[in-house]
Amino acid sequence: MKKIQGIFLILVCVIVMTSIMSDVFWGSYNLENVLRRTALFGIISIGVAFVIITGGIDLSIGSVICLVGCGLPWLLVEQEVSVPVALLAVLGFSLAVGLIHGILVTKVKLQPFVVTLCGLLLYRGITRGFTGDQSQGFGTDFKGIRELATGEIPLFGFNFPMPCLFLVVVAVLAGVFLNKTIYGRYLLALGNNEEAAKFSGIDVDKMVILAYVICALCSGLGGLLFVLDVNSAQPVDFGNFYELYAIAAAVLGGCSLRGGSGTILGVVIGAALMQVLRNMIVLVDWIPTHIEYAIIGAVILAGVVADEMIKRAVAKKRASQG
Amino acid sequence: MSEVSPVSPLLKVRGIGKSFPGVRALNGVDLALGQSQVLGLIGENGAGKSTLMKILAGVQPPDDGEIQMDGETVSINTTREALDHGIALIHQELNLATNLSVGANVFLGRELLKGGLIDDARINEESNKYLQMVGLDLDPTTLVEDLTIGRQQMVEIAKALSIDARVLIMDEPTSSLSQAETEYLFEVIKDLRKRGVSVIYISHRLGEVKELADHVTVLRDGENAGELSREEISHDSMVRLMVGRELSQYYDHKQREPGEVVLEVKGLRTPEHPEHAIDFTLRAGEVVGVAGLVGAGRTEMLATLFGVTPALGGSIAIKGQPSEINSPLDAIRGGLALAPEDRKQQGLVIDMSVRENMSLAALRRDQKKWGFLDFAKELDITTEMIKSMRVKTPSDDQVVRYLSGGNQQKVVLGKWLTMKPTVLLLDEPTRGIDVGAKREIYGLMEELADAGVAILFVSSELEEVLGMSDRALVMHEGRLTGELNRNELSEEAVMQLATGNSESSGKAA
Repeated sequence: MKKIQGIFLILVCVIVMTSIMSDVFWGSYNLENVLRRTALFGIISIGVAFVIITGGIDLSIGSVICLVGCGLPWLLVEQEVSVPVALLAVLGFSLAVGLIHGILVTKVKLQPFVVTLCGLLLYRGITRGFTGDQSQGFGTDFKGIRELATGEIPLFGFNFPMPCLFLVVVAVLAGVFLNKTIYGRYLLALGNNEEAAKFSGIDVDKMVILAYVICALCSGLGGLLFVLDVNSAQPVDFGNFYELYAIAAAVLGGCSLRGGSGTILGVVIGAALMQVLRNMIVLVDWIPTHIEYAIIGAVILAGVVADEMIKRAVAKKRASQG
Repeated sequence: MSEVSPVSPLLKVRGIGKSFPGVRALNGVDLALGQSQVLGLIGENGAGKSTLMKILAGVQPPDDGEIQMDGETVSINTTREALDHGIALIHQELNLATNLSVGANVFLGRELLKGGLIDDARINEESNKYLQMVGLDLDPTTLVEDLTIGRQQMVEIAKALSIDARVLIMDEPTSSLSQAETEYLFEVIKDLRKRGVSVIYISHRLGEVKELADHVTVLRDGENAGELSREEISHDSMVRLMVGRELSQYYDHKQREPGEVVLEVKGLRTPEHPEHAIDFTLRAGEVVGVAGLVGAGRTEMLATLFGVTPALGGSIAIKGQPSEINSPLDAIRGGLALAPEDRKQQGLVIDMSVRENMSLAALRRDQKKWGFLDFAKELDITTEMIKSMRVKTPSDDQVVRYLSGGNQQKVVLGKWLTMKPTVLLLDEPTRGIDVGAKREIYGLMEELADAGVAILFVSSELEEVLGMSDRALVMHEGRLTGELNRNELSEEAVMQLATGNSESSGKAA
């Protein structure tokens, strides 16, 4: 819990600041919007957190989202495939991507950065290829499955966007998996020290492959919900940079890029912080919107510097207690 | 044992102290070194030699004490400052950028420039001068990675000379050298001494110390144990000061009636030394030491037995059952356990808690349905283990990093004892552990043997092998050169076999 106090405090500060500077922040339209974005980015951030915990990285998330996001309407509208088959196809693709990444990292012993960088290029290129670089969308059809992303759940007199439900389910499953099962413990252990994990009888390769599969499946689910939400996707930029938002959220949420640490709640708060920040930049008039990246970059940097300082102070204290 | 202080010491160290979390590594250590002298610095593993050298070389600052050069107190907090005072450390593992040329390494960090760019021509010319001093006749543009280890070491020495080092600290310089390379190194050291350079020579090989040293300083448990002048240096006098006690008091090994054969290894070929097949057996309740020089293939043999580097051939039978061991998991399932040599890298997840480390191997066995953790059982077992092994830790939640070496080793052993192994493999079980904890580890080994566990332990400390073994296996360059029963065990017999002399004593395997 101590690990997420800091990031939670920053989130509260940013929310308070935004509320003071803008009177529409707490409006239900804006709030629903922020929650929806948080939920969508939260899901992909949880996915990448698993890979980061193993000490790896996944740069292909945005491109997987692009392929799934463009592929789903392409299958449904252009290829006239049935809904269940289309859903199975995109999730099957995500699963395969995860497996391939995991196998390349563990069995072929390639660096995760390289493998997923190639993935980033590959999947977007493939998408632009099979769509002819044309925008893909549902038009006015498929209202039914679009409800998965656009629907609302009335609760406590507030209409929660449907993706929040997905986020809660994914986060609870991920939290239980990471903290309550032996596999979660294995992931944390091998992320800290792969060799010691191996020497303790853990099948390290299998666990790392599993982490890449979880990440790719979360990206696939994210891509699905993103496109159902916005209705149409451009192969050239759909999901662009999303991996960086996901990685940033995971890091803000306490995942060390060296591996071995991270909490799911922290990652979700990290994702929320990113979205509230973006929202603040849009809402507050005197902040020019086009410096969005600079502000987000500065906040993340400040967050991780503060985190590192706190960690050092704690380590010093512990060491002196010996 | 007399006070040996060079008339006007070049380097004088007084009252140096240094603590690490949980360990007092050095306590009021003194040391003096005159010009053109070779000082032998000896002591058991964990006596504090390396820490002292790191302090002199500016790698770590001391907690207290004083360092004098030429009678003046100097402060050495960085390697830069140490070099400025003419103190250079030649590390056990060489610190060269192997992808760069010899010349580039000699002047690394002090590149000669011309117009802001590196002046390679002058660097090569200048470095040639220093290479000549150590008798290296080679082209300075040669890449370091293309040199033998012995020659790389000469480059390192040349580098030290190029900064006008007056004190060269050599930490186990011969550990990976051949006989010929070692002899050559000695010639170079003697030549340097003539040129006015002083050397602090750290080695476990007492023969080397005897040949080179003008006087010897002995450390034991982080304190000065004594000094020997040139005339007093002998193998016996050095060992006496290092150990500081009778061996019989230290090891309390009792003979037991060995039980059933629990491990039978036939024709085992490791990937490291595929040309040699290894055969041996191990009985329940037996404690068997594996002796040999560094690089004899002992660690590799354990790694293969444990499935880390699967065997290329041969068979392993555990309790009469032929076992296919291709991963540590296979080995664990068969009833083997390994406490590896590199405790921090292979034995422990250093940033996880005592509890999480101790339960790591047992999680699979103790899991509930669907892979859920059994937290209650985990806590029970580890609490019990912490108590029975007397692990000194504030709680089961303490991060292992903050424990002392001895307690860390207990955590590793505890992890395996929860698995109730048939055969316990230990690789250098007491390396880097203080004396008190060592004794506890030995006691634990005895208890386990009483309980019928078969123990195979690799140790580079000969006394440990002699003191703890019912039987010893001796290896040399990947080959099992012999097997010695307790009544055949002696330092000479082991050394004969360890140096590859399989016929002279003991049964050749």
